[in-house]
Amino acid sequence: MTRKSLTARILKTFAFTALLAFNFAGVFAQSIPTDDANISNGKSLFDANCKACHSVENKLVGPALKNVYDRTPSVEWIFSFVRNSQKVIKGGDEYAVALYNEYNKTEMTSFDSFSDEEILDILSFIKNETDNPAVVEVAVADSGDASQNNEAVSSTYLNVIVVGLIVVLALIFVVLILITTVLTKYVNNKDGLDDIDKEVVNQSFSLGATLTSKPFMFLAVFLFTAIVFKVVINGLFSVGVQMGYQPTQPIAFSHQIHAGQYEIDCNYCHTGVMKSKNANIPSPNICMNCHSAITKGTNTGEDEIKKIYAAIENDQPIEWVRIHNLPDLSYFNHSQHVNVGGVECQTCHGPIEEMDVVKQQSLLTMGWCVDCHRNTELNTKDNKYYDKLVELHKEDSDKALTVEDNGGLECAKCHY
Amino acid sequence: MKDNKKTYWKGIEQLSNDAAFVKNAESEFPESVTQESSESSRRDFLKIMGFSVAAASLAACEAPVRKAIPYLNKPVDVDPGVANYYASTYLNGGDYCSVLVKTREGRPIKVSGNKLSSVTNGGTSAQVEASVLSLYDDARLRGAKSKGEASTWDQIDDSIISELEKIASNDGNIRIVSNTVLSPSTLKSIEDFKTKYPTTEHVMYDQVSMSGMAIANERSFGTKIIPSYDFSKAEVIVGVGADFLSTWGAPIENTYQYAQTRKLKDKKMSRHFQFESNLTLTGSNADYRSMIKPSEEGSVLANIYNILASKAGVPAVKANKIDKETISKAANDLWKAKGKSLVVAGSNDPSIQVVVNAINNLLGNYGSTIDLNTPVNYRKGDEAIMDAFINDASSGKVAAVIFFNANPVYDYYQGEKLAAALSKVALKISTSSVEDETASLVDYIAPDNHYLESWNDASPKKGHYSLAQPTITPIFKTRQAQSSFLIWSDNDGDYFKYLQNNWKEKSTGSFQPFWDKALHDGVYNNASEIENVEYEFVGDVNSEANAISSNYKSGDVELMIYEKSTIGNGSQGNNPLLHELPDPITKATWDNYITMSVADAGFRLDDAKTKTANVTVGGETINLPIMVQPGQASGTIGIALGYGRTSAGRVGDNIGKNIYPLLVNVNGTQSLRISKGVSVEVTEEVHQLAQTQTQNTFMGRETIIQEATLEEFKKDEGAGRFHPHVATWQSESGQVKPEELTLWKGHEYNGHHWGLTIDMNACNGCSACVVACNVENNIPMVGKQEIINRREMTWLRIDRYYSSATDDVTDYAEMEKSAENPEVVFQPMMCQHCNNAPCETVCPVAATTHSTEGLNQMVYNRCIGTRYCANNCPYKVRRFNWFKYHDNDQFADANPQMNTEIGKMVLNPDVTVRSRGVMEKCSFCVQRIQSGKLEAKKDRRELEDSDITTACAAACTAGAITFGDMNNAKSEISNLMKIEDAEKGKEIKIMKNKRAYHVLEEIGVRPNVFYLTKIRNKA
Repeated sequence: MTRKSLTARILKTFAFTALLAFNFAGVFAQSIPTDDANISNGKSLFDANCKACHSVENKLVGPALKNVYDRTPSVEWIFSFVRNSQKVIKGGDEYAVALYNEYNKTEMTSFDSFSDEEILDILSFIKNETDNPAVVEVAVADSGDASQNNEAVSSTYLNVIVVGLIVVLALIFVVLILITTVLTKYVNNKDGLDDIDKEVVNQSFSLGATLTSKPFMFLAVFLFTAIVFKVVINGLFSVGVQMGYQPTQPIAFSHQIHAGQYEIDCNYCHTGVMKSKNANIPSPNICMNCHSAITKGTNTGEDEIKKIYAAIENDQPIEWVRIHNLPDLSYFNHSQHVNVGGVECQTCHGPIEEMDVVKQQSLLTMGWCVDCHRNTELNTKDNKYYDKLVELHKEDSDKALTVEDNGGLECAKCHY
Repeated sequence: MKDNKKTYWKGIEQLSNDAAFVKNAESEFPESVTQESSESSRRDFLKIMGFSVAAASLAACEAPVRKAIPYLNKPVDVDPGVANYYASTYLNGGDYCSVLVKTREGRPIKVSGNKLSSVTNGGTSAQVEASVLSLYDDARLRGAKSKGEASTWDQIDDSIISELEKIASNDGNIRIVSNTVLSPSTLKSIEDFKTKYPTTEHVMYDQVSMSGMAIANERSFGTKIIPSYDFSKAEVIVGVGADFLSTWGAPIENTYQYAQTRKLKDKKMSRHFQFESNLTLTGSNADYRSMIKPSEEGSVLANIYNILASKAGVPAVKANKIDKETISKAANDLWKAKGKSLVVAGSNDPSIQVVVNAINNLLGNYGSTIDLNTPVNYRKGDEAIMDAFINDASSGKVAAVIFFNANPVYDYYQGEKLAAALSKVALKISTSSVEDETASLVDYIAPDNHYLESWNDASPKKGHYSLAQPTITPIFKTRQAQSSFLIWSDNDGDYFKYLQNNWKEKSTGSFQPFWDKALHDGVYNNASEIENVEYEFVGDVNSEANAISSNYKSGDVELMIYEKSTIGNGSQGNNPLLHELPDPITKATWDNYITMSVADAGFRLDDAKTKTANVTVGGETINLPIMVQPGQASGTIGIALGYGRTSAGRVGDNIGKNIYPLLVNVNGTQSLRISKGVSVEVTEEVHQLAQTQTQNTFMGRETIIQEATLEEFKKDEGAGRFHPHVATWQSESGQVKPEELTLWKGHEYNGHHWGLTIDMNACNGCSACVVACNVENNIPMVGKQEIINRREMTWLRIDRYYSSATDDVTDYAEMEKSAENPEVVFQPMMCQHCNNAPCETVCPVAATTHSTEGLNQMVYNRCIGTRYCANNCPYKVRRFNWFKYHDNDQFADANPQMNTEIGKMVLNPDVTVRSRGVMEKCSFCVQRIQSGKLEAKKDRRELEDSDITTACAAACTAGAITFGDMNNAKSEISNLMKIEDAEKGKEIKIMKNKRAYHVLEEIGVRPNVFYLTKIRNKA
């Protein structure tokens, strides 16, 4: 019995502790929502407002936000700090002052328009990220490998067949030679052959004669001309094509660090991408939003960042080398593709977030443009401009409405 | 068979059997053909070509390194690739236009009208449209100049101030000479200058003066002003020698108002009588045009007055008899439209203008079509004061003169006298931005900014104000002249602050919002300034009529000097856009000439070849080519001002002759009409004019020009329409409409269907659209020789046809002869964007194709230059790039906008600069279509009609051009054309506007450009 009661007591205590723990967790559950909707709203708010200076995992301009809800004094403290950090610091809050000093007295932008709910949503996103560190990428990589494997299997299969065929052919060849040798011997040993027959039987293969024979010469010249012709044509088609162009830039700026590691939104620096023909190379004043505080780079130390300061001090703009050069005769508009079409930057520029030095990933030839226009479905969602077109298309066809159907292959869409 | 002993010989050389003949007798071809005379043979050519191709392809593999240079500190409101628009004000002397300036990456590239202005109503003129190129004029001074040497602003300021102070302390006379100044703040800065230097006087003069009108109004109403006119309220308009649609008064306003009366709203239109000597733009739009000599203008008006006086029961005045039946017709019509009519005269003689006032007074037009309470400020010059200044200067009474953006040595009739007198003036300063004829004679040049680089304000009329703001930082080290005045008078040189302070008086509430709105709109009206005063006519018509009768005697040859709507008074003389813009009437470019009637010249132009003539006026002889001009009154000749510049710059120097010295001063007012002492002597020297159109009539082809009278139109809206039919076995009647017959399957336009309509009744031929098109689409100017070679590049041309009775002619030659006083019609002609385009079917490389929006697209990079398309185009609107017009020294003079570093800044970055060997043509401003659609897409909304318009339609002050989506039932074009099945997306729309027609309808190419018939209000 005693054992029983002991067990019961232990169980009770455990249950009580568990209950306590549960309750404690419950406090957070109430303040930081865990719904998907809240998390996704938090993500978009985070991407739009916080990402330039904060990351969940890493320290950027501001601290890494992992577990921020645990280490700060309270959620209310977070509310007031986000809305007006300077007020909190001036108010003499110990934690805030320490933080301010730790980060070289960099002021955090005030977001006084944020409601409690919105800040909670951001926290829920951070909590979600903290609890479930990103595994999505791995999954993506896996699936990529899988598809490659499939292809590999089919090509191995083909190779086996080819090798098998070659072996069979070689065998046949050997057998044929053997048969000929045997037959020649047999005929030679036979009497009563006249000279002409002997000549035929003992005919020897002359390499020189074959090489100088007219059919062979013709074949060789023909093949040579055809290959040269094809090479020249291919060469001419690639004139002006700069795929893989990867020039050295005046500043060793790494997209891999900015866009990849710190996940800064492309829009943050390339401000024109949603509204203009040009995506815009950021002007140094945009760099300075962060680099007034960050003076040391991950790869290059202080030297490269100093070049930004030098440009500003000397009033000398930075002369980047243009990588993506479309000819003057074609008109390309970023906002049409990114804003209206919803095309990802990576679709044309490749995995830019993995590039330490940017290179031209795509062909940028007309055929390449046109291919995409043929296959891409028009992004007509929530865009009244296309309503009539979509309706008319549904009447005529049950296929997807592509860019081509909207005249995307017409000359004067790009050439004028 | 009998032997034939006869010898046949091919020529005298065979008969004589000379050595050369024997040598060549055996060869099949003449030596000159078989052996190429040039040094390199065909084989050499092939070798060289092969090598060049190989070299070129090798060279092409290595692409040049291109830089992308972002802003160092990006301005908040400038995004590369996005155009910004700023409201501003075009000011050139007294010429005014409220404008909207389009800038790209901080460069102004296009000027268009500001629709918020109640003065100009969004209208522009050719000169306003072209002014953006004057900003990038290579002739502009790079900085201050002192005694012919480059100097710094500090240095010249120091010298000028010390010299001015010395002169002022000795009571030496200081004069500021300018054209009309419209800006109140500028006038105030000059007043401040006067405060420091009290011996200063401000002398204003105008190249073409209207001082006589101001004097006449003083005599008639006791107030020395020029009233504003409202043509839009006039049902009957009589113009006597006043080219009010092109140069007289306020042409942009006049054009807008006049067009309102010509659009057949409620089947009504105004009736316009014109009495004039030269065939002007205004006269060519008149319903009744009568040719008179300049000396007869006063008599015509006096006769009109007498007819009206007899109806009104007031005494008649003395009037020389003139045998013109239109005079009584005009008078009768005027009387019928009492209170809704308008009489204007171009003469600067106060006596004539008093008679005009008397007529308008009899008709009760004051208060309806004429507003004395809102005087205009466009012409405030007074040549009496200017003459006095020149006399003072000649007699050494002037110690200092500042030429404030004025060039009187060139454009004042006493320019030569002034130039001589300047040597007696101790201190001479000019603020001209180029070293012009006057500025090259001064000590200090303090170059002013271009108006697109300046802050300024303007008051075109009483109670109407507008602001000018800089749209680019000064390109060179120039400084606003107003700042110069302020600095020289020891004030703060910040003219922007000064301007703002002046405007603070205008604001009633808080200043900043008021200022922001005024700057955004570009205009500000203060109705409370306009008082409602009743003026009573107190003029002495009788004595004025007597003066007219005795002052004007008809001469054998009378000279009527005029201003062109293109080059104007010559102040934009270095602007190739204006030189190459064909004169709306004569269609001549790059030239100055004498217009002469066929009867007087005794010959007609053959392929623009002509003779020259010596014109002698008061001892001065000028030799110019003759332009034989239908509609020129016999016994008169016309010569345009604005040519003969010698220090304008590379483009404009030494074209034509300067006519300003021929102007005369009659009783204190300038006159462009010279009746006495003019003689003309035709020489045998042959001169080649550069005309863009050398045929004059449409040869009776009613399929090109379709017109009717108002009476016919009232009975049937489709009056004058020509309905061609094509014979076919396919229909029972044996004939069908051309549009019913086609080889093709037809297009379906699911999205948009762009169309353009031109109202030939509203179009007055002013040609602002042509310049707008040139600027918008980077069209090269090609120069005089290339125009003679028929290689002009303009995508939009305006065909001018004289119509003459063709009933009694027997052959084509007769048909082409225009009448002595022909009717005129203007027809803007550009690519018609045919649905069955003949050009598309003949292109071997499919470089011109049809879009799903009805556009006929031209792809430069695919074109190989066969020119089949141009040959097959029935409208002849395709242009071939015979040369590389950019970066080519051959065209550096005519086409600086593609050949100078600074000129290239004006190019539209959204339009390709074409290279040699490709075809080009009107694209319906496809770049504007694409950008308009993109804006709608970005906003996730439906496309609105106002999102897209073409450059020509935007420039049209008269609103004659309408562009839009014919698939949109709400668009302006759908309403105008009364399209009934807009939503269906059909290639041929059902339209109920019976005036609409296609040019050359019978060939069945189904254009997307429509013309509305010309209606004339005549019996």
